[in-house]
Amino acid sequence: MTPAQAWRAFLAQARVELLLTARRGENLLVTLAIPLLLLVFFSTVPLLPPPSWGGRQVDQVAPGILALAIVSTGLVSLGIATAFERAYGVLKRLGGSPLPRSALLAAKTLAVVATEVVQVLLIAIVAAMLGWAPQGGIVGGILGALPWLLLGSIAFCAMGLLLAGALRAEAVLALANGIYLVFLLLGGIIIPLDHLPLAVAIPASFLPPAQLAGLLRGTLEPGGVVEPAQAAGLAAWAVALVAATLFTFRTE
Amino acid sequence: MNGDAIVLERLTKRYGGETVVDELDLTVANGELFALLGPNGAGKTTTVEIIEGYRRPDGGTVRVFGHDPRREGGRIRPQLGLMLQSGGLYSQLRPIEAVELFAAFYPDPLDPAQLLAQVGLARAARTRYRDLSGGERQRLSLALAIVGRPRLAILDEPTGAMDAQARRETWRVLRELRERGTTILLTTHLLDEAEALADRVAILDRGRLVALGTPAELRRGLGLAPRAAHDGTVPAAPDGAPHGQAATDPAAPALDLREVRLELPGPLDADRLAGLGRLGAVQALRIDRPGVYVLRTPATGELLVELSTWLLAVGIEPLAIRVGQGSLEDVFLRLVGEGSGA
Repeated sequence: MTPAQAWRAFLAQARVELLLTARRGENLLVTLAIPLLLLVFFSTVPLLPPPSWGGRQVDQVAPGILALAIVSTGLVSLGIATAFERAYGVLKRLGGSPLPRSALLAAKTLAVVATEVVQVLLIAIVAAMLGWAPQGGIVGGILGALPWLLLGSIAFCAMGLLLAGALRAEAVLALANGIYLVFLLLGGIIIPLDHLPLAVAIPASFLPPAQLAGLLRGTLEPGGVVEPAQAAGLAAWAVALVAATLFTFRTE
Repeated sequence: MNGDAIVLERLTKRYGGETVVDELDLTVANGELFALLGPNGAGKTTTVEIIEGYRRPDGGTVRVFGHDPRREGGRIRPQLGLMLQSGGLYSQLRPIEAVELFAAFYPDPLDPAQLLAQVGLARAARTRYRDLSGGERQRLSLALAIVGRPRLAILDEPTGAMDAQARRETWRVLRELRERGTTILLTTHLLDEAEALADRVAILDRGRLVALGTPAELRRGLGLAPRAAHDGTVPAAPDGAPHGQAATDPAAPALDLREVRLELPGPLDADRLAGLGRLGAVQALRIDRPGVYVLRTPATGELLVELSTWLLAVGIEPLAIRVGQGSLEDVFLRLVGEGSGA
């Protein structure tokens, strides 16, 4: 296949991936509706202790919601969609076509990135309406958070694909949603880890959602500082999850 | 390359302890429509999935246009169109979008809208895949297999979920495809499909090649694989004639299926059945189904005279008497009918 032909195949596949992303209604629920709902709810209803730096509630909610958006796109949306593509034989059929594997991966990556761009934009807009004032301003703060968003995307996409390539689709559906809920409650996403009992907080701090949320808090919360150990931990997770996925993924 | 699209040599595949494909030798020539015929579990899908590069053989070699499908799949796939038995599609995608997608994978594809019309999906072109019927999904699958003008189309049970009319339309599409020079390998468990379409038919049973030839050759009882005959894989014919041995000599009279098929208004009682079997020209008598009898004879003319006389004597008006060499079905049932659930 010539490079021009491979490019044409990639564009066609990317178009379909984006089309399908937009058509999967349940996807939009988990990638957009739930994070936005939680953002508005916890920023306006005083359930959480006020921020230690005395700012608005949204300042400590928004970074966790950004982390949640990344988890929902990679683990839940990509994981479940890929699991069903595998179960229905879509991956097998594409594997027998001239579409290069790299073009398929690139198209899926593009769909994930497009989803995340929309997520981050909408979260930033809604948070801004709630008075969000992150460290470095909204635009500067988000630009500063890009490396962590990218690293988190790699880790959680790999986690979703790890499940999708090894388990039955129904099992992936249940497991991805279950893990999502656990991460949501115990991953430092809504409730900062230091508000949780130590017996929960210490093991949770080694998991990727707490590390991603921690890095985003360090970047975006006024007065926050990025902990290098968290960056190293998340990077290690990303490498391990990608390696495990490459090793175990089966298209049938 | 020497003009062969597919060459299998001593191809073997085992799952667990079971041998699913057993030292299969086959060659599909360029431009040929070749049918792999066999009952469920004969190893047809495993064989084509090895040819397609999805499975690794445990023994033997596969060459597609001279290339190893597993190691050189990238060179073969642009020339290949596949219709998988287990290949689904995105449930939210519409047929026209799916065909446009696959068209983009090939340098000189067919027009997607025209192709959908050709396979009878024009009206369902914008129905989401999950809402298509089984037959419609198969038509779409066929369209995806041929949209890239492949040199070789491998179609696994292409008409499995189709009704009779859709099957005829699919046959027409396949014939047109073949006339344009496409090599086609298809699997089927439908005898009439192999008989109607194929230039050559290979009959598989429990992973082994038991017969190979044109439909006409197989009907005449030629083309039985010698190995099958030697080791007794060929079950004895219903009348106990020693076909297993005779198969080594294609001209042996015992393999010549000259038959007369007799359809009566109802089943014969035991006395009359015995009387029919005692007619001098009848070499063997088989009950096809109640009221339908197949008489094998070395002398057709003689049998017809005897039969007419006998029918007159017992006072039965026959519904039909057909003289022929037997259908491919007779060959098939003799080869794989016993114990394989055909």
